[in-house]
Amino acid sequence: MTELPAQTNRKLGLVIDLDTCVGCHACVVSCKGWNTENYGAPLSDQSAYGANPSGTFLNRVHSYEIAPETGGVAQLIHFPKSCLHCEDAPCVTVCPTGASYKRLEDGIVLVNESDCIGCGLCAWACPYGAREMDTAEGVMKKCTLCVDRIYNENLPEEDRVPACVRTCPAGARHFGDFADPDSNVSQLSAERGGFDLMPEQCTKPVNKYLPPRPKDTMDEVDILAPLLAPVAQEPKGFMSWLDKTLENL
Amino acid sequence: MHPAPSVIIFTSLSGIGFGLLFFLGLGLPAPTAWAAFVFFVIAYLLAVGGLLASTFHLGHPERFLKAFSQWRSSWLSREAWLSIAALITMAIYGAGLVFYGVAIAPLGWIGALLSIATIYATSMIYAQLKTVPRWNTPLTSLLFVVVALAGGALLSANINAAMMFLLATGVIQVAYWIGGDQALRKSGTTLGTATGLGKDGEVRAFEPPHTGTNYLLREFVHVVGRKHAAKLRIISLILMIGTPILALSLTFNHVTASIAVITHVAGVFVSRWLFFAQAEHVVGLYYGKR
Amino acid sequence: MKDQPYLDTSPKVSDEIRKTTCYMCACRCGINVHLKDGEVAYIEGNRDHPVNQGVLCAKGSAGIMQVNAPSRLQAPLKRVGPRGSGEFEEISWEEALSLAESWLKPIRNENPEKLAFFTGRDQSQSFTSFWAQNYGTPNYAAHGGFCSVNMAAAGIYTMGGAFWEFGQPDWDHTKLLMIFGVAEDHDSNPIKMGIGKIKERGARIIGINPIRTGYNAVADEWVGITPGTDGLFILALVYEVLKAGKIDLHYLAEYTNAPVLIDAETGLLMRDAEGKLLVIDRKQCAPAPFDKCGIKPDLNGTLEKNGKIHHTVFHAIVERYLSHEYAPDAVAERIGVSAGRIRAIAAEIVRVAFEESFDIDQEWTDFRGVVHSKMTARPVSMHAMRGISAHSNGFQTCRALHVLQILLGTVEVPGGFRFKPPYPKPADIHPKPHCKVTPGAPLDGPHLGFVHGPDDLALKEDGSPARIDKAFTWENPMSAHGLMHMVISNAYAGDPYKIDTLFMYMANMSWNSSMNTKGVIHMLTDKDEIGQYVIPRIIYSDAYSSEMVAYADLILPDTTYLERHDCISLLDRPICEADAVADAIRWPVIKPDRNVRGFQSVLCDLGARLNLPGFVNEDGSQKYADYGDYIVNHIRKPGIGPLAGFRGDGTASGRGEVNPEQLDRYIENGGFFVEHVPDDARYYKPWNAGYQDWAVAMGLYDSAQPYLFSLYVEPMRKFQLAAEGYGDRQPPDHLRAQIIETLDPLPIWYPPFEECAVDTEAFPLHALTQRPMAMYHSWGTQNAWLRQIHGLNPLYLPSKQMLAHGFKDGDWAKVTSAHGDIVVPVAEMAALNENTVWTWNAIGKRKGAWALDENAPEATKGFLLNHLIHELQPPKGDGLRWVNSDPVTGQAAWFDLRVRIEKVKLPHESQPNFETLKSPVGQGPSELKWKVGS
Repeated sequence: MTELPAQTNRKLGLVIDLDTCVGCHACVVSCKGWNTENYGAPLSDQSAYGANPSGTFLNRVHSYEIAPETGGVAQLIHFPKSCLHCEDAPCVTVCPTGASYKRLEDGIVLVNESDCIGCGLCAWACPYGAREMDTAEGVMKKCTLCVDRIYNENLPEEDRVPACVRTCPAGARHFGDFADPDSNVSQLSAERGGFDLMPEQCTKPVNKYLPPRPKDTMDEVDILAPLLAPVAQEPKGFMSWLDKTLENL
Repeated sequence: MHPAPSVIIFTSLSGIGFGLLFFLGLGLPAPTAWAAFVFFVIAYLLAVGGLLASTFHLGHPERFLKAFSQWRSSWLSREAWLSIAALITMAIYGAGLVFYGVAIAPLGWIGALLSIATIYATSMIYAQLKTVPRWNTPLTSLLFVVVALAGGALLSANINAAMMFLLATGVIQVAYWIGGDQALRKSGTTLGTATGLGKDGEVRAFEPPHTGTNYLLREFVHVVGRKHAAKLRIISLILMIGTPILALSLTFNHVTASIAVITHVAGVFVSRWLFFAQAEHVVGLYYGKR
Repeated sequence: MKDQPYLDTSPKVSDEIRKTTCYMCACRCGINVHLKDGEVAYIEGNRDHPVNQGVLCAKGSAGIMQVNAPSRLQAPLKRVGPRGSGEFEEISWEEALSLAESWLKPIRNENPEKLAFFTGRDQSQSFTSFWAQNYGTPNYAAHGGFCSVNMAAAGIYTMGGAFWEFGQPDWDHTKLLMIFGVAEDHDSNPIKMGIGKIKERGARIIGINPIRTGYNAVADEWVGITPGTDGLFILALVYEVLKAGKIDLHYLAEYTNAPVLIDAETGLLMRDAEGKLLVIDRKQCAPAPFDKCGIKPDLNGTLEKNGKIHHTVFHAIVERYLSHEYAPDAVAERIGVSAGRIRAIAAEIVRVAFEESFDIDQEWTDFRGVVHSKMTARPVSMHAMRGISAHSNGFQTCRALHVLQILLGTVEVPGGFRFKPPYPKPADIHPKPHCKVTPGAPLDGPHLGFVHGPDDLALKEDGSPARIDKAFTWENPMSAHGLMHMVISNAYAGDPYKIDTLFMYMANMSWNSSMNTKGVIHMLTDKDEIGQYVIPRIIYSDAYSSEMVAYADLILPDTTYLERHDCISLLDRPICEADAVADAIRWPVIKPDRNVRGFQSVLCDLGARLNLPGFVNEDGSQKYADYGDYIVNHIRKPGIGPLAGFRGDGTASGRGEVNPEQLDRYIENGGFFVEHVPDDARYYKPWNAGYQDWAVAMGLYDSAQPYLFSLYVEPMRKFQLAAEGYGDRQPPDHLRAQIIETLDPLPIWYPPFEECAVDTEAFPLHALTQRPMAMYHSWGTQNAWLRQIHGLNPLYLPSKQMLAHGFKDGDWAKVTSAHGDIVVPVAEMAALNENTVWTWNAIGKRKGAWALDENAPEATKGFLLNHLIHELQPPKGDGLRWVNSDPVTGQAAWFDLRVRIEKVKLPHESQPNFETLKSPVGQGPSELKWKVGS
């Protein structure tokens, strides 16, 4: 079971657009809401109203500042992170019980909670911090890619996407099949240079991140300068330009 | 990594226990009757006690049997099988010694091999993790094995072997630390690769995703001060290696042997605490922690 | 390998979906509330809803934790301990309402102004103001005065609408979006969705903001401007585009008051005998009323009359803004943006506006009767929010921004900025403020409105302020939203008069909704010489155990948003889109499990007990059983009620008879009503005959109201004239200079007041707050999920200041303003104006509030910047109370704040620290494992 399938029929995953994500945490809480009520045990919270609040979340948004090497102003990037459903998922192979598995049909990495002994080794093996042990339940929780939404016949077809994708206000999250080169996610990733996180860990993540577009490029010396060529320097001259222009209108 | 007492106790004690079983399996010594009984009880207390301690950190210890299922891929599962195999084999071997005064030598050898294999499997649980560059080295397994052998040799009163394995432990331990201090850097994993943003400039963690703590921070981010670590390393070397060697080279009696064993075990605890506490999991990078 | 475990990939999602309107912030998105066994299981966005189209923010999704929050008040409370102690006893609703009646009835019969009724984040202002009007007090307003009245008023006076509820960028066509001082809170989902659309098209965003978070982080260009100087930046852009002649002359001549003549003597606009604005027709070279068919208004027209030459508004604009004082080189240092960058931005704006223009083939007819075959794009859109609004120069800054938009011709054209019905609406068809008090009778009209000169001010016969907040007085004549931030301070000072009862709703005035929090706490608890509270009685309604609860004598516990009726009405702050008119309801999708009542329903009851006209039938019985009843049956004007949809027999929109089934129809329709603007009416709304006719049919106007944009705002000139000594109503002498200087009818820039009042070397840094996207003022903290995201708030320091003061992340700083000091944790931020510090708003909490542990990080590490801000300016030595507000509108100037910082040793907790409040609701459970249904 914890052997990885040589190949999955589909490669479902997410494209996350770092150029568009405004860091609103909508995906974080929508995920929390859906997965508290659905798949497996609820995502519990400890010290919920107390001095040290802490709970289980399957998706979290970091933020980073980049100081450009060339100088100039710093950029701020919002960075959502959840399970990347790796092709070579180290979290699966370390699992002693077979609770962790990668689905043959779509490549989703799941934890079968009734088999989980809560040893935590899968979280140790994951470089991305995608797995969190639920303190109340003592089992490992992780992104299910909303496996209970994406095929759910009780949902309208347009809603059969992960909760985070459905809710993202800026449209920075895209869901699809990476095994299909014509899918929305394959195309987006190809067009925009989608990249892997920590490629040196050799996990072959399915989820791709789109890089922020170049920013702060409006130079002082501007090729647009002719656009601002003055028609006059003083109000008086301006009014005579105006008269001439109005005449020609 | 969080230096969880259960895991420190488990790896230290079960290592020594299996180390002792290794020597017993080789017939070094090959006691019989009550003497054998005492040796085996000590070995089993350590090995099994350690294994039991390791279940304390499980969310669902009652499901432990499931852990035997994934021996094809999981080192933890292999460790479970190997430890059971070692314990059963050595139990039969031990029963021969205790009850019949018979050493079934081939069974002992197999048991010794399984004991070492168990220690190796334990070490591989850590050494296999690319996510913890400090652990992701053959030195981890080497260290676990020699520490176990040193402890086993001490407990089995194989003085020469103990001396040799203690010295080897010292060498490997120091090599492990020197290498370990470079490991994260050499792994090539940085906040830049973690976020993929490194090519645009220097990346710095700004706001974390949550202002409080969470499982990841509790489990993976543990910072030990450099000076503090250096002190502990010296303490660990003195206790684990220095004092036992000194004690053993003075004279061998129950007092010096006890001192050697007790300080050695204490030193192993310190070493293991450092093993976990100093290990940097790459997930810490996302939080701007080392 | 064994088989994969069986997995049910089609589990039942819920028993039922009920569609209502979110209230986790003021955005008012449509939500689908999934119920299992009658309990809330999951909340998601409603795909059909015009505001959010299915998406939902973090707050919205966390609604389940709000309706189950342990901080919810449980029953009416009567204070038994001293004010501020938090000691209450639970009483029955009958007792609570009788008590309120016994306080309010005598005041109404003697002097209704002794009641000050102010509502905070109220979304039922057309109802609460109706109640207050019928009660007869002049003292009513909501929170606009400390929110963004500068933005709203500048927009209305200039172009008949502003941002957010009034209008939006043309998300589908804009090619360049400029956002000024836009934090992430207002209109949050629509802006995020719009940014998504812009990004998808590869269009560009320029963010002007001292802080690069949120939208400014994804902006292609970030201009980290010095706070309070946006006006100067905008006027520098005006200078550049004017100088280059890159302005839309046709647009200016046809649709704005640029060609209107200014009387050279008075500075007032010239009018014909019928009172119509006068322009020079280029065809006839003669004066003509602006709306005459077939004329060509001349931007450079002149008229000789009474021995004087009278020029156009446009002439005045050119004279004013081609001055070198607005040249980029002259302003660059002050605003912290290089002259080259200002020019580059100006060039980009004109390039996109004029070179990326395109036409939409859509015929439309203007108000002069001219038929146009197309609609021409100027695809530069602008949006602004509190960052430019909450300064003492905010009104003029917002005006400057609108003037820039109008010069470029980017308002109400494709790709530019578009109004949302019921806007555009010219300033002069809005109500004017009313303040005539008659004991035992209603007020003579609506409280709030738009003044057009000194005659409209809310002054008593002796010239003293009629309102407790001094709105519509010479201190701030155009204070269209009132000054809620001054109510407690003025009532305490007895200036302009004492009051008896302070009645507030959803306003956390003893904490994050006040400037000078500590001072306000003192004012609420201080007693006079005979041992009576200086503010004798306080009634407060809130759903939650906020910091304000402890300071009230009587608490009327409100419901949560899923347990109540509400209407998001066209009479109020509607949810329309540029292409559609829309309104919505809330309805009780779950039943309260506590002894609480919706506040508006309580007002229906209380109104009847007080025998208020409008709340009783002819026989004196209660007119509206509850708020739901009011929503359906109230008639504001013939055919017009709170809800525009499904009127009459259920098919009428806008105007129509009462439909008793109306709420059911809304519920069937997903909780909202929407009707689209006809294609020929989508743009040029103020001048588009097609739109005007549609708007009249919808009941948005009583008659067609075409008007010109006011580059020149004449009412401001009227106040200046009074200050110059003309007219009967005269300002007090100490205010003349301020009025003349700041009520300029053309936009100006002047330094923020605090900058002039304090030694800027002693207080070299600007200090700002902004609201995070995942929290809505103080509410988020009681939410177990959201408080994990923002449980404390460091003060962010720019790298330069971190270095200069030797700070590391996690160190603590003492932050000092002219008014006070606080001690808080700091953290570094590189993408920040180098002289600005900031923090997240309203994360800091008082111990004991919101059902939190008293050691909650919100109370031990969180903090408020409010402690550093005073509602008054530092004393000038003249003995007068100068408000820390915009002199035009009275908007609280809390972004003017100047501070200095110094490193301090690690304190035990952030300072100041207040006593722990006694919680009326206890404390929440330690562990949550939320799952409903079987």
